[in-house]
Amino acid sequence: MSKSVGQSKVRVDAYDKAAGRAKFTDDLCDSSALFTRIVHSAIAHGIVKSVDTLKAEQVPGVVKIFTCFQAPHHPFPTAGHPWSTDPRHQDTADRLLLNRHVRYYGDDIAVVVAENEAAAAQAARLVRVEYEELPFVLDVQKAMEPDAPQIHDRVPGNILAHTQLRNGDYETACREPGLIKVEGWYDTPTVQHCHIENHICTAYMEAGRIVVTSSTQIPHIVRRICGQALGVPWGKVRIIKPYIGGGFGNKQDALYEPLCAWLTTQLGGRLVKIDCSREETFVSNRVRHAIRTHIISWVRPDGSFAARKIECFSNQGGYASHGHSIAAKGMGTFPQIYPCPHVEGDAYTVYTNRPAAGAMRGYGIPQAMWAGESHLDDVARALGRDPVEYRRQVVMPKGFRDAFSKNENYFDSFRQVMDRGMAETGYLQKREDYQNQTGPVRRGIGMALFWYNTAVWPISLESSSCRMVLNQDGSVQVQTGETEIGQGCDTAFSQMAADAIGIPFADVHMVSTQDTDVTPFGTGAYASRQTYTGGFSIQQTGQMLKERILSYAVELTRQARENLDLADGKIIRTTDGRELMTLGELATEALYSLSHSQHITAESTYQIKNNAYSFGCTFAEVEVDIPLCRVKLLNILNVHDCGKLINPALAEAQVHGGMSMGIGYGLSEQLLFDEKTGRPLNNNLLDYKLSTFMDHPHLRASFVENPEPTSPYGTKALGEPPACSPAPAIRNAILQATGVAINSAPMTPHVLFAAFRDAGLL
Amino acid sequence: MYDLRALYEAESVQDAIRLRLEHPEARIIAGGTDVLVQMREGRLAGMELISIYGIDAMRGVSMDGAENIRIGSLTSFSHITKDPIIQKYIPVLGEAVDMVGGPQIRNAGTIGGNTCNGVTSADSASTLFAWDAIVELTGEQGVRQIPIQDFYISAGKVDLHPDEVQTAILIPKASYENCFGHYIKYAMRNAMDIATTGCSVNAVLSEDRKTIVRARIAYGVAGPVPMRAPAAEAAAAGKPVSQETADTFAAAVLEDIRPRDSWRASKAFREHIAVELAKRCLAESVRLAGGELA
Repeated sequence: MSKSVGQSKVRVDAYDKAAGRAKFTDDLCDSSALFTRIVHSAIAHGIVKSVDTLKAEQVPGVVKIFTCFQAPHHPFPTAGHPWSTDPRHQDTADRLLLNRHVRYYGDDIAVVVAENEAAAAQAARLVRVEYEELPFVLDVQKAMEPDAPQIHDRVPGNILAHTQLRNGDYETACREPGLIKVEGWYDTPTVQHCHIENHICTAYMEAGRIVVTSSTQIPHIVRRICGQALGVPWGKVRIIKPYIGGGFGNKQDALYEPLCAWLTTQLGGRLVKIDCSREETFVSNRVRHAIRTHIISWVRPDGSFAARKIECFSNQGGYASHGHSIAAKGMGTFPQIYPCPHVEGDAYTVYTNRPAAGAMRGYGIPQAMWAGESHLDDVARALGRDPVEYRRQVVMPKGFRDAFSKNENYFDSFRQVMDRGMAETGYLQKREDYQNQTGPVRRGIGMALFWYNTAVWPISLESSSCRMVLNQDGSVQVQTGETEIGQGCDTAFSQMAADAIGIPFADVHMVSTQDTDVTPFGTGAYASRQTYTGGFSIQQTGQMLKERILSYAVELTRQARENLDLADGKIIRTTDGRELMTLGELATEALYSLSHSQHITAESTYQIKNNAYSFGCTFAEVEVDIPLCRVKLLNILNVHDCGKLINPALAEAQVHGGMSMGIGYGLSEQLLFDEKTGRPLNNNLLDYKLSTFMDHPHLRASFVENPEPTSPYGTKALGEPPACSPAPAIRNAILQATGVAINSAPMTPHVLFAAFRDAGLL
Repeated sequence: MYDLRALYEAESVQDAIRLRLEHPEARIIAGGTDVLVQMREGRLAGMELISIYGIDAMRGVSMDGAENIRIGSLTSFSHITKDPIIQKYIPVLGEAVDMVGGPQIRNAGTIGGNTCNGVTSADSASTLFAWDAIVELTGEQGVRQIPIQDFYISAGKVDLHPDEVQTAILIPKASYENCFGHYIKYAMRNAMDIATTGCSVNAVLSEDRKTIVRARIAYGVAGPVPMRAPAAEAAAAGKPVSQETADTFAAAVLEDIRPRDSWRASKAFREHIAVELAKRCLAESVRLAGGELA
């Protein structure tokens, strides 16, 4: 039988998306919708004393203006985590629909509802807000100082969470004679996801319930959060998630769905729409945590680590969102990727008056790799060792098992991906060629590893549910709670389902839209879990459906069950290979039979109590024009061990996208704030330097396909990993080219100008 | 949805002049790549617009009787880049406007709009300054021609009278004859960006290619409006074609340019880049003119 898994099938949504037929949230919103415009805080921190809406209400077309003085008071958490029934593990409930205490420039104060967009915009400009201004703080470590402004009354000192890591005895171990101390501070910026479709949601009421359509990654979680925010039973809310134009973690959060849901309840159940502008998306959705990391390594002359220490300071912004999960995950890599018996670590997540930081592709790992992999090159340099050869000595060995997650490094993935990267880039020759350059334009090659793990077990629930329904013609609808967000999971799922049931790829109809009224429960797209997690329930449900089909085939064919199989959509007698009937014939008979009619379906939940490492690396080659303070990326290659590829073409595309994000992270992207006012300076796609095609060399992806033993399809994470290592690889290439170690991302010309001047190159 | 009060469409230059007099508050819109952005941002919300985009007589590149190059103000960036006259006599202008935004912007945006905005970063402006372009303005009383340096008054403000429309930009024959130039747009990325600093240099060499007869240099984003650097030009005129001349020329730009500190870039950084760009642009202009920096 022909297998679908492993083939580069064309995306199931390719034609609809390319032709513009695919329906996104705004396409589903009819012309009766009311428009909104949110009035955002124009100060970084303070208390709203009054909101004057008189003039704004006179704008023709304005229906109603709601302010923070009218919104309900049900503090709710927004993080797109599975709910924990244990209160100690629940996310921080520090959000309100509209705020009197505003905690960042761009916080939500009021919302104008109008018959058209222009009226909403005009009225929003006329709303006058009177504030009592409070001091504000943007820097994470300044926010930890004793006299720092207090951002949340319930969190004195602003430290949302602090976790510790204590392995062995760091203090004693670092006193061993003859050790070399390597120390560095590494900074990463506040960046935004920049998915192509801004967040948008609509809401109306029907039969006493609230129906929300949203550009979200997590429909079932958003239902729960809307219920919490409005103080209504969760079943009173229905969430519909159509196609979405990317999310990258920003939409792994309840954004404006709760506000939109509340608005329709205040407007007689009329259809109302909240459509974020790009400027709002940058500031008033979520951003990536800027994390400042301090690392000390005590190294023996032979390169082995005697003791290591790490401190992470994670800038949470004004609201908790995903909170400490990011810094904790980042710090968790430290004792694993380069094992050392004596490790001391502290991670702090701290409220500041920046936009709220949430989930973003990589979830703390890009920050951790920026620090850790930059530092590893600093150590190699201090030892006079080649960075790859040195990593081969100290990186996680084959057979390593993490005590907490029970993750095991089944193969020697790190060394394999480095070998592949060296071979495909001609690393050794280039490294030699680029020694001792002197001119104004110099080249360098560098690399960085990344550590990643798939999904969220054992920190959180991992489960997947799937439903399959057989049609008259032998085709099958497949539904899961796992969501297509542009990454292509509908296609991977179709391939898996086809093989699990035994039907052609074309006979699988993925129901792409999730509707919490009808879609099996699932927590959605995050943690690079869709293919790994979805695979379990698809395999299980596919086998259940196949078993029901074959049972019915026994009735129709009078053959022994043991001698029947379903392959390529046909009932086969395995003893002689004879094709007894097609699945379509069987299904038609089953539905219309006057003797035994049966609607053949299957549905099941699979709880996964496993997790899988997913490792890889980036090799980058740069040309640095020192007088112009510019880096030209000449070559870049990512190598991944993400297990067996379900769809090689989609896997490659996924890697390309992540590399692009990593290039921007390393070289150009940064949300800037005015130090005097806390105002965001560049919250638009002109001034925020997302890299373009013209800034990329040809992006190359390579795979080491070690089959993941815990997955029925041998697969594991590939969604987030590609974005984790490009930035430090570029940094390390610049280090080889110029001898200058840049410890602050992004490495813009401004940063290089200062660094090159300090180094005497300019 | 644009917050737009009214749109008047001019059918001819005379019609545009009439509409401007009838609707003094209205803004002119050509390709719309700036006006519509500002309208969306709220800065021009509720405005009336006069569209001149349909006036085909204002499109295209031609040579007049005196062999001056005439660029109709509505000529799009992509048409300028691909125009044979531009490619033959002043290719640097085609290269400069090919660095505006992305392909869609270059198909819609016009050189007239680029200059009438009065912004210092316009990619066409530094090259037009460096080539002594003449701006042609047509009003009720007829046609007025002024040097581009006089057209720019201050940031965002140009010398366009209430009855006028900018109808063409002229490059005099004396300016382009035997002249070779190069433009470097220094920006934070290679597309979809606005110049941090833009530098346009051109040079005329002696017949033996050993002496710089004339060098001209202009910058964008080195001050509130595009500007020439006369001290640098004087430092190169009549000097031998040499690296030393290039270095002196480049260092002298600091006597004229006035970049400022902003969150986009520090003054020190802009000055450093400006000097480096002057050096590189002159070297490339000399190379294009058949010379070699000794």
